Amino acid sequence: MRFAGIDIGSRTIELVVLKDNEIIEMKQTDSGFDPLAQARDLLGGVKHDHIMATGYGRHLFELSFEAPTVTEIKAYAVGARFLFPEVRTILDIGGQDSKAIAVNDMGRITKFEMNDRCAAGTGKFLEIMAQTLGYNLDQFGIEALKATKEMQISSMCTVFAESEVTSLMAKGEVRQDIALGLHRSVVKRAVGMLKRVSVKGPILFAGGVAQNPCMRHLLEEALDTHILVPENPQMVGALGAALLTSEKT
Amino acid sequence: MSEDYRSMWENLGLDLGAHDALLEVLGKGYGDIYLAQKDRPEGMGYFDFVMSEVHGLRIKEIMDEKEAGKKVIGSFCVFVPEEIVRAVDATLVGLCTGADFATEEVEKLLPRNTCSLIKSAFGFKLGKVCPYLESADMIVGENTCDGKKKSYETLNNLVPNLYVMDIPQMKSAEGRALLRAEYLRFKEAVEQLTGITIDAARLKKGIEIVNNKRKAIYRLSGLRKADPAPISGLDALLANQVFFYDDPVRFTESANKICDEIEKRIDNNQGVFPKSTPRILLSGCPMAVPNWKLPWIIETSGAVIVGEESCVGERGTRNLTDESWDTVEELMEAIVDRYFKVDCAIFTPNPDRLEHIVEMAGTYKADGVIHYGLQFCQPYLMESMAVEKALEEKNIPTLRIDTDYSMEDVGQLKTRVEAFIELIK
Repeated sequence: MRFAGIDIGSRTIELVVLKDNEIIEMKQTDSGFDPLAQARDLLGGVKHDHIMATGYGRHLFELSFEAPTVTEIKAYAVGARFLFPEVRTILDIGGQDSKAIAVNDMGRITKFEMNDRCAAGTGKFLEIMAQTLGYNLDQFGIEALKATKEMQISSMCTVFAESEVTSLMAKGEVRQDIALGLHRSVVKRAVGMLKRVSVKGPILFAGGVAQNPCMRHLLEEALDTHILVPENPQMVGALGAALLTSEKT
Repeated sequence: MSEDYRSMWENLGLDLGAHDALLEVLGKGYGDIYLAQKDRPEGMGYFDFVMSEVHGLRIKEIMDEKEAGKKVIGSFCVFVPEEIVRAVDATLVGLCTGADFATEEVEKLLPRNTCSLIKSAFGFKLGKVCPYLESADMIVGENTCDGKKKSYETLNNLVPNLYVMDIPQMKSAEGRALLRAEYLRFKEAVEQLTGITIDAARLKKGIEIVNNKRKAIYRLSGLRKADPAPISGLDALLANQVFFYDDPVRFTESANKICDEIEKRIDNNQGVFPKSTPRILLSGCPMAVPNWKLPWIIETSGAVIVGEESCVGERGTRNLTDESWDTVEELMEAIVDRYFKVDCAIFTPNPDRLEHIVEMAGTYKADGVIHYGLQFCQPYLMESMAVEKALEEKNIPTLRIDTDYSMEDVGQLKTRVEAFIELIK
């Protein structure tokens, strides 16, 4: 039997197919303006017997495909434990939200925190700041790591932070130094959230923002510990949903 | 609604266009949230009717009472002692504070970071859409939180009949003395308003009417201990909301009637959700009509609400006033004693509230507590941190929600609530 999980996020959609508890297929696409159509495209030609949806668009998917759903919070916890059975804390920073999840030694969620409605501390914040500084997303973290000093960014609000960045650039500050300050501000917020669920190691960092090397570096520095990052950090939610649908059957 | 009401609304000075728009939104929301529920007790038909006529027939009744010489007093808070109002044959109504309205106008008078409840009260006034407020002969503002206290200075410029009542902030002998002095002053004010002097018989009668109403709603709460839940949290919340608007004697009858029906449901093991549905206790800020957002999210995400630790809920209705005394002085002391037990977050410290949350979680067999805090409501948001910590130490899972009346965070809230339900299952 093939078990599929689909994670419909605000920026990207991921699909994972499992057979005999092995990943046999992984696909990703942009969410675009019509995530349901994108999901349908992504599923085109992919064989599966059961599917479960997670992510921001899960209920949209549920209605059209009559598929069961699970929150991203549980899906990430399950996916993370499959990849790293010893994991106790998960940080997921995605396009429009960020979450810290604590699990006990049985893998059961004991507590979670989620950012409130604004984009502060999410991938979207970093994306807009990268744009303001004239970087693409791949360059952003790499360039921030080249900073020789760090500019402090005090606004967490995306709109205010953007004007703060603009005025720092106008003062002639170096782009890399501003970039480092921006990464730091997101890390501080993530660490605050992790502490509220009480950080216990080992910690797994997932979601699109986990691909950013500067974020990983600053997070390890702030928590003074090694952070686990899966090979495909954006696939953890879809993987969790696939595992949960296989558990159900 | 008939044209009959239109002229009544016009006479009250309502903005008919804006009011139509409000009723349309309210009606649609009610249909989507309330009428879409399955297997509701038949007795809810009464509350559906009250809601459909909340700005119609109920206002007409109030206007008829006014014509007969009775007075209407509007209130924003459970600290306004209804017993005293009933003792002068006046009607106490809760004023509209449960929806955003005329926000742009409101923000000319109040800072943006004011809580939704206060902004709503101003919105209904500035938008001219609350017939309760417009029909009131006296509007009581009470000095509870800083937001309300300071906003009454501004409200005083908008209404001709604002009466401000001071409320203590500590449960001390001095605090009680302040509440007592304020209730005596309020008694004199309503006597002056109505020209009626309150004697012991009148006060006893007032206490009896209000106690009966409380007993009925308390009976309803007790029935929610059953599993499967015989009534949804949304419907029970509605009964608690109607408590503030309806004629008290009729309310008491209707609430008791639905209780009779629910008792039969329990005997037949009949529920509105399957047995063993995860059970949630809601705790925190009050939810006025039509603020149904969070309960709706919870009950469409696979859980049932079994109790409200809230002013629109058990915090407001919990204690009866001792009616066994004989003199006005003694009865007034009994009223002060009763209200001084209300464990609102404006009190410091406020350990009773925490005890009540734990107690209610046990009584109603809640699997978890969702703490509802209105954005910018300092007292409840401050307490929410301590509540969460204390409940988790007792292994009661807790989710803190910080939100307002807008619908923009529904998706986000749904994810958090669903994840919390997955956690407590």
